[in-house]
Amino acid sequence: MRPAALLALPLAACSGQQSALAPMGPEAAGIAGLSWLLIIGGAAIFLLTMLLLLLAFRGGARLRRRLGSRGAILAGGAVLPTLLLSALLIHTLGLADALGGRSADPLRIEVTGRQFWWEVRYPDHDVVTANEIHIPVGRPVELLLTSTDVLHSLWIPALHGKRDMIPGHLNRLRFTADRPGVMRGQCAEFCGAQHTRMALFAVATTEAGFATWIERQRTAVPAPEDPLLAQGRRAFASAGCGACHALRGTEWSGRNGPDLTRIGARLSLAAGTLPNHRDALRAWIADPQAIKPASAMPGFGAVLAPADLQALAAWLGSLR
Amino acid sequence: MSGPSAGPLPNPLPRPDGELAALERAWEGPRGWRFPTEVNNAWIGVLYLGTALLFFVLAGLLALLMRVQLSVAGNDLIGHDLYNQLFTTHGTVMMFLFAVPAMEAMGVYLLPAMLAARDLPFPRLSAFAYWAYAIGGLVFFSSIFYGAAPDGGWFMNPPLTSKQYSPGVNADFWLLGIGFIEISAIAGAIEIIIGILRNRAPGMTLARMPIFAWAMLVFAGMIVFAFPAVIWGTILLELERAFDWPFFRAERGGDPLLWQHLFWFFGHPEVYIIFLPAAGMVSMILPTMVRARLLGYGLVAMALVGTGFLSFGLWVHHMYATGIPPLSLSFFSAASFAVAVPTGIQVFAWIGTIALGRPRAEVPMLFILGFLFIFVLGGLTGVMVAVVPFDWQAHDTHFIVAHLHYVLIGGMVFPLIAALYYWAPLPAGRPLSKRLGTTAFWLLFLGINLTFFPMHISGLMGMPRRIYTYPAGMGLDLWNQLSTAGAVIAAAGIAVIVWDLIRNFRVTNHAGVNPDGAGTLEWLPQGSYAARSIPRVSSLEPLWDDPALPEQVRQGQHFLPGTATGRRETLVTSPLEAEPQYVAIIPGPGWAHVIAAIGTAGFFLSLTVELVWLAAAFGAVAVAAMLHWLWTGTDLGPIRDQVDIGGGLRLPVYVTGREAVGQWAMAVLLIVDGVIFACLAFTHGYLWLVGGDAAWPPAGTALPDPAAPALAAVLVAASGGAMRLAEPLLRRGHSGLMILAVLAALVLLLLGLGADLLALWRAGLRPTAHSFGAAIYANQFWQGLHAAAATVMTLYLVARIGAGLIDPVRRLTFDNVRLFWSYTAVQALAGMALTHLFPRGLWA
Repeated sequence: MRPAALLALPLAACSGQQSALAPMGPEAAGIAGLSWLLIIGGAAIFLLTMLLLLLAFRGGARLRRRLGSRGAILAGGAVLPTLLLSALLIHTLGLADALGGRSADPLRIEVTGRQFWWEVRYPDHDVVTANEIHIPVGRPVELLLTSTDVLHSLWIPALHGKRDMIPGHLNRLRFTADRPGVMRGQCAEFCGAQHTRMALFAVATTEAGFATWIERQRTAVPAPEDPLLAQGRRAFASAGCGACHALRGTEWSGRNGPDLTRIGARLSLAAGTLPNHRDALRAWIADPQAIKPASAMPGFGAVLAPADLQALAAWLGSLR
Repeated sequence: MSGPSAGPLPNPLPRPDGELAALERAWEGPRGWRFPTEVNNAWIGVLYLGTALLFFVLAGLLALLMRVQLSVAGNDLIGHDLYNQLFTTHGTVMMFLFAVPAMEAMGVYLLPAMLAARDLPFPRLSAFAYWAYAIGGLVFFSSIFYGAAPDGGWFMNPPLTSKQYSPGVNADFWLLGIGFIEISAIAGAIEIIIGILRNRAPGMTLARMPIFAWAMLVFAGMIVFAFPAVIWGTILLELERAFDWPFFRAERGGDPLLWQHLFWFFGHPEVYIIFLPAAGMVSMILPTMVRARLLGYGLVAMALVGTGFLSFGLWVHHMYATGIPPLSLSFFSAASFAVAVPTGIQVFAWIGTIALGRPRAEVPMLFILGFLFIFVLGGLTGVMVAVVPFDWQAHDTHFIVAHLHYVLIGGMVFPLIAALYYWAPLPAGRPLSKRLGTTAFWLLFLGINLTFFPMHISGLMGMPRRIYTYPAGMGLDLWNQLSTAGAVIAAAGIAVIVWDLIRNFRVTNHAGVNPDGAGTLEWLPQGSYAARSIPRVSSLEPLWDDPALPEQVRQGQHFLPGTATGRRETLVTSPLEAEPQYVAIIPGPGWAHVIAAIGTAGFFLSLTVELVWLAAAFGAVAVAAMLHWLWTGTDLGPIRDQVDIGGGLRLPVYVTGREAVGQWAMAVLLIVDGVIFACLAFTHGYLWLVGGDAAWPPAGTALPDPAAPALAAVLVAASGGAMRLAEPLLRRGHSGLMILAVLAALVLLLLGLGADLLALWRAGLRPTAHSFGAAIYANQFWQGLHAAAATVMTLYLVARIGAGLIDPVRRLTFDNVRLFWSYTAVQALAGMALTHLFPRGLWA
């Protein structure tokens, strides 16, 4: 399949919402409520101002004389904004305070921005993955955010606002998902050539589902018995993929690229660039620069025989 | 010459024969191929504005390309590489090559006429700033045709723009290209500040100054305080790129956020730098459009000044998501809210003015109404994004794209177009087309709203900024299609205006028309010399209060009706009360500033592509041309005794000391210098705070023995002393001894700075190892620049003394060198204190 055709595939099928106005947790809901307050209040003030402007043209003589006084300037320009904005400031200070979430024992997840993907670690569970964050519904989460190259910014609008990832800094973002679902997030700080194709998914599941997922991530990758899959594993070895990629329980522990332990179970490939299925995997490995130019992944279409490529995609796809 | 009579003004007697002809001769412009030598503000202002509008159209076309790319999901028309260059260049050009220069152009063009000055005090500086900007800007823009345009965003955040992640010349194009356009902006700001404070018509006190002059004064003052931060940031980033000095590299003690603080300390005021002159223009145009005086003049002037001050306290509101503690964020949030007050005051002053008047349906009025609609909406979304939690969602999404375009297009482009239609009769002698202007208004008003309103929605629905495509199925398709359709309509509106200009705009600069019956002085009859004679002003709208004034001015019945010295002159008045002080002789056409501009632009552009020798050659040409221009055109001395300007006033044509505009210019330049030095000190303090006291300086860093810097400080202080010593020698006319004192001052300064540098180097400190060393050598770099300037100035001064061009009366050159010297010595001592006493001296 041509790369361009691949891109046209409806990624939306597996993509969750990415809207600040469709919250999936209390933090995002708090901000969404504030947003509606601001939108409605702002619209009211806008309409009032435009009405006064209209009255300046069409109003009666007495009204126009009133509008044309220093008192009107001070009332409309100074007194009214001061009162409204003071009230708004007090309101938002309270909200900002509530947004941090002061839970004593949140689920800690380290997310590191890389050009152009996300490394995700669960330090308390000894789990490493990429481009996907799994969280249990109802449990407070704390993201520990940093970057090892340039600036990035993590933005999953259904859960919270964005927080920058800065080399040398550790930023924290706390939130809770209050219902199960898949949410899309994206890098919000311009980070170079493929800033556009740096998305991730947050998957909120039940505690049981989360425990299963964690356990799955912790399980070593078994040696395949199926001959096709075994051929794929050999292709992985011969092409030197392990120099950049790690697979739990194998000899490969490269950290330049995403951990591939359970790559077959992920929702997308290349940080939200492609839907995850065997054809897409094969196309990506063969020629990633045609799909996501300037990504760090080199193409293996010329290195691996078509059959090996096919087998490699099959093996990786089987790691679920 | 037959001077004006001593009687009271207006003087109804006929003017002497030949007076007008002599005035016209002095102000006659160059013709044909010599046209680039022109320095007259009326021509430079039009060229300046025309060039800025050219950049507006070019950057607008880039935006149109982006809108085409985003019109459908998954579009692969424009790749990431070009797209990233498109938005970087679009933002950079709109900000640095369109918005600020357009406002400087309006100032250069309008201010002399509004203040009834013949010209601003340094017309050649304006012309130099223009040519440097035009040449540098065009070369900068053309980089997009070779794929070499910057691609790191207009804010240039490191580490993305560091050498490791942006190895090409793209980022250097931004740093050097924009760096020197900033210098051009500062040159323009100095000219505008001094022009407003010292070239007003007699009697035009600050409280009678047209509101546009207030706006431009705040504008230029803000440039003086805001641009140094970005100049300093640019210097640091270029030093990091070129020599690997790690200011922004976390692994070596630097911090990427240092750049963001410096950039936004400039970047936020920049928005108001663009908006305030536009607000000033609205306050000028509106009274004419509704035939009523501006309501609340004092409040509006205060609002302009207040906005200027407040805007320096807001920069962090671009950094809400960087992890700054909530308490600091709420301070900046409150400060951002506070700006709504002065803005609200202006909006209600305009509404009140309309209510008091009888509005007319002219093109400028339409654009002002469009401005009020779009700008008020943008201002309200501005309050929204000042709310910290909301901004965490909206930041870096298309909601911000919508907000900033509402504010900038509403707040700046619409007033500028209103101004174009309102003031076009001044240079062209006749108005632009009402029919075309009205068509353009409706196309632009609809197009802009259709382009940007949907972006509020697409932004909140999850569309980040600076992405070259988006997947289908996120609900973004419709909003993006509407935006693209709007952009096409808006582009058609701009095309109509361009067509109108092509058809109806011919510069004559010999206008005497006042088609809208305006009340301010720029509508006096004008020649190439501006107003024939300069009236005493006693109100805000002199033409409304004294309908006979234009004719009296044209007849030469007021001050300075001719040329007193046979050269180009302008009247200099006192800064507060505008009492006449002297007649300044100002330069006429010449090539020196054009060559200097080519040299300056060539210098920076050659550096960008690392042609160091070519850069050196261009630099030498630039310096030589500037020295030539200084030698032949400044510090002319009292070439004539006092001259009679009419009304019984006799004024000198040469002054020195505090009254001289040259000293004022040097003083403002040194303020710029001081602000840059403050940014330098901030760099030290910030890196220390971020690094932590234990790690900054890093363990094992050796600083020189205190004896060496102590000696260096003594040498620098002695240098300052030697320059002070030269002053009494000058007063007594001892030229030879004076040369010795001046040269001794130079040698002592160079020895002092050199001793400090040598001591640091010998102690083993290197700029590349850690941000501590980098900060210290950046300080050295800055002092070195001053040493180089001081050397050139000293040698020039010595040559002037040797040529007999400096004497106890004719001493402006010496005074300026001495002022620069005092600053340089104090700055050098402060720099040494920073290096050797900070931070360890804090605890010692």
